[in-house]
Amino acid sequence: MQRIGVFVCWCGSNIAATVDVEAVSQALKDEPGVVFSTNYQYMCSQAGQDLIKQAVAEHGLTGIVICSCSPRMHETTFRRAAAAAGLNPYMVEIANIREQCSWVHKDIALGTQKAIVLGRAAVAKLHLNAPLTPGETPVTKRALVIGGGIAGIQTALDIADAGFKVDIVEKKPTIGGKMSQLDKTFPTLDCAACILTPKMVEAAQNENITIYSYSEVESVGGFVGNFDVTIRKKARYVNESICTGCGLCTEKCPVKNVPNEFNLGMDSRRAVYIPFAQAVPKVATIDPDYCNMLKNGKCGVCARVCTAGAIDYKQTDELIEQKYGAIVVATGYEPIKLDKFDEFAYNSSPDVITSLEFERLTNAAGPTSGKLLRPSDGKHPHRIVFVQCVGSRCAAAAGKGKEYCSKICCMYTAKQAMLVRDKYPDTEVYVFYIDVRTPGKNFDEFYRRAAEEYGVKYVKGMVGKISPQGEVLKVQASDLIAGRQLHIDADLVVLAAAIEPDRSARPLATMLTASMDTNDFFTEAHPKLRPVESPTAGVFLSGACQGPKDIPETVAQAGAAAAKVIGLLAKDKLTSNPCVASVDELMCNGCSSCERVCPYGAISYVNKEFRMPDRTVALRRVASVNPAVCQGCGACTVACMSGAMDLRGFEAKQIIAEVDAICK
Amino acid sequence: MQMTDYKPKIVAFCCNWCSYAGADLAGNNRLSYPAEVKIIRVPCSCRVNPTFILRAFQRGADGVIICGCHPGDCHYTSGNYFARRRMALLFSMLDYLGIERERTRVEWVSAAEGAKFAATMNDFVSTVAALGENRRLEDLRCKK
Ligand SMILES: Cc1cc2nc3c(=O)[nH]c(=O)nc-3n(C[C@H](O)[C@H](O)[C@H](O)COP(=O)(O)OP(=O)(O)OC[C@H]3O[C@@H](n4cnc5c(N)ncnc54)[C@H](O)[C@@H]3O)c2cc1C
Ligand code: SF4
Ligand code: SF4
Repeated sequence: MQRIGVFVCWCGSNIAATVDVEAVSQALKDEPGVVFSTNYQYMCSQAGQDLIKQAVAEHGLTGIVICSCSPRMHETTFRRAAAAAGLNPYMVEIANIREQCSWVHKDIALGTQKAIVLGRAAVAKLHLNAPLTPGETPVTKRALVIGGGIAGIQTALDIADAGFKVDIVEKKPTIGGKMSQLDKTFPTLDCAACILTPKMVEAAQNENITIYSYSEVESVGGFVGNFDVTIRKKARYVNESICTGCGLCTEKCPVKNVPNEFNLGMDSRRAVYIPFAQAVPKVATIDPDYCNMLKNGKCGVCARVCTAGAIDYKQTDELIEQKYGAIVVATGYEPIKLDKFDEFAYNSSPDVITSLEFERLTNAAGPTSGKLLRPSDGKHPHRIVFVQCVGSRCAAAAGKGKEYCSKICCMYTAKQAMLVRDKYPDTEVYVFYIDVRTPGKNFDEFYRRAAEEYGVKYVKGMVGKISPQGEVLKVQASDLIAGRQLHIDADLVVLAAAIEPDRSARPLATMLTASMDTNDFFTEAHPKLRPVESPTAGVFLSGACQGPKDIPETVAQAGAAAAKVIGLLAKDKLTSNPCVASVDELMCNGCSSCERVCPYGAISYVNKEFRMPDRTVALRRVASVNPAVCQGCGACTVACMSGAMDLRGFEAKQIIAEVDAICK
Repeated sequence: MQMTDYKPKIVAFCCNWCSYAGADLAGNNRLSYPAEVKIIRVPCSCRVNPTFILRAFQRGADGVIICGCHPGDCHYTSGNYFARRRMALLFSMLDYLGIERERTRVEWVSAAEGAKFAATMNDFVSTVAALGENRRLEDLRCKK
């Protein structure tokens, strides 16, 4: 039998004005197991806490009930006070007689009666409380960053700076992401390469950072502080540690017609290639889909020309197993496919391009060495039409495109339009928009400069149809403000395609048990208060994989994610909430019902030996909860049909005791 | 039913993150609702086992309400969806047993909806009060 002490708080007059606190403490004195009951002006004050300490010592209390304000307010305070008095902190129950009683019921008799009932329920529950101790798990002091765009690079640099080891896994042959393909960047117009490549080099040289390029995450097990990850390092048929990146092989390879993905297929590369001059790591990669030697064993030119002897046609995928304390997802975005937008003639005319293709066309390292030339005939375009919101902000009913705003297009279109007018003042530039959205520091000023100083013609209205006719593209559009139809003969059309999460994000989310929204962007643990954490403990989010973002925002989020990771890795041990699920193995029949409802993948199954009634020993499959992963929601407890699963701190018998006390 | 001083017994299960906080907010804003409502705190609406509700009716409760976070807002991402489905089944079974639908309810109340919490409770209590006492499942042996 417990020895329970009851402490009724007046909360000054907050409780005492509408609840007769003396009557409450008197009434609760008669409850079974209650050996001490009192009331005091401010239980949360030092004097109040001393009162608890004294009563525990004097009356040999095993648990305490505080009738006071909401447990959301002072549960921690009273748990600490209990611990200071030598009790287990979980031997405390709070009856909320302020927010849910004295403040909402004006009638003293009714309020007092309800407070007594709430106190009784707390006493009834406390009888069934058991001391709980938070679990402790060690932390592996190494972080994994998935995706090597600006988000991943920045996160890794910040974590490495704090002295922790970080591995970057990037699926492409080089890190850098989309930013490495951009020309100049808004709102400052500094060149992307000038600000990105030093960071790429810094990442490569940082002794705390290991880059696994051309690699993907194969599997993820474990939990916060202790993830077990297998990384597949794909065969690039070049020995990375020997290759000097001289590029001789890429000049001599006889296979010349491979579409160059870095330039979005606007020119070609060889079967052995280095994506771009500043690639990190700067090593060659052989494309097995095009290499003659790998396809039919005939060629071997690259092996012959490589003076370092780095070519290795026999290389195979390598599986690397590593333990991590934290994982950061930074898988970024991709522009959507425009197959469903026939009206814009993207697939039928080479002179209708996407904005990302436009970045390559104006980039000095791009297919035209930075000269703005039409892809079809290499002529200089004299009239360019930019179309915003292609596939963004679409009605769900349209059956194509995305409902959300891609956020970055208004600004990069203003940037591109401005740069064209700056470099080629003879070129006429139109921008068609639904709204121009520029909520960012110096963003609206930037857009107004494009329109006012650079003479970019902004037209509010949608483009209805683009039809290639001879050398020109006939653009049919509406001008909503003037209220008329426009017909423009354009030389080049640039479509601001919506952006969507990388397609590999969904399988990755499944591996990580991290959740995604309906658009496959990773969801944050709380949209306002925990924006860089995923709901899965130990998994963090950085960059455009969480939602459309420009570079400044990406970098800010990358730093925030790094700070969270550092906070986690700085701990030697993680203490976890002890109010977690627990299985009665004798009752569990291993049916898997609980595993299916757990949102965190906290439940697994183990085979255990049991002594059967006939004295034989049998092996049975039973559920096992990982207390470091379980968040204590209780979904599994109800799913369990055999009643084997219960939730510590909120056990079925405790809740039923409360129900009984209330209904008495 | 004309019982002047009849007070229904109402058990309200509230999830810790949204509805319990919503009830606290109702308190902070001094929005009153009948004292017949007694709240039991659970981590999530998905912790509410149908047997808890049956137990309440057995012990003489006249109405039971379960409050959770709005769909999509569950602290544990999916708990309220489980609760919604489980309760839909349970309530139809209770209905079959003769416990009127109006005596049970699932409501979504966020931490910011103090006013909604109070309004919901006012409405629920008057609905249940109009139905009168619930005798269907009550186990009279418990009444001593
Ligand atoms: C046309 C255009 C112009 C733009 N101009 C500007 C500008 O001027 N200023 C500005 O601020 N922003 C601009 N942006 C936005 C900018 O590109 C993004 O903000 C930025 O690239 C986001 O960085 P990220 O690292 O989150 O994503 P990404 O750059 O997409 O990087 C993600 C990386 O992760 C890798 N990856 C993906 N999946 C996996 C996986 N499963 N495993 C391993 N690796 C994976 C990818 O290969 C990639 O390297 C522009 C965007 C576009 C489309
Ligand atoms: S209580 Fe919730 S988080 Fe914990 S094991 Fe059960 S379902 Fe999973
Ligand atoms: S639902 Fe219950 S019986 Fe089934 S595996 Fe889980 S704990 Fe065991």
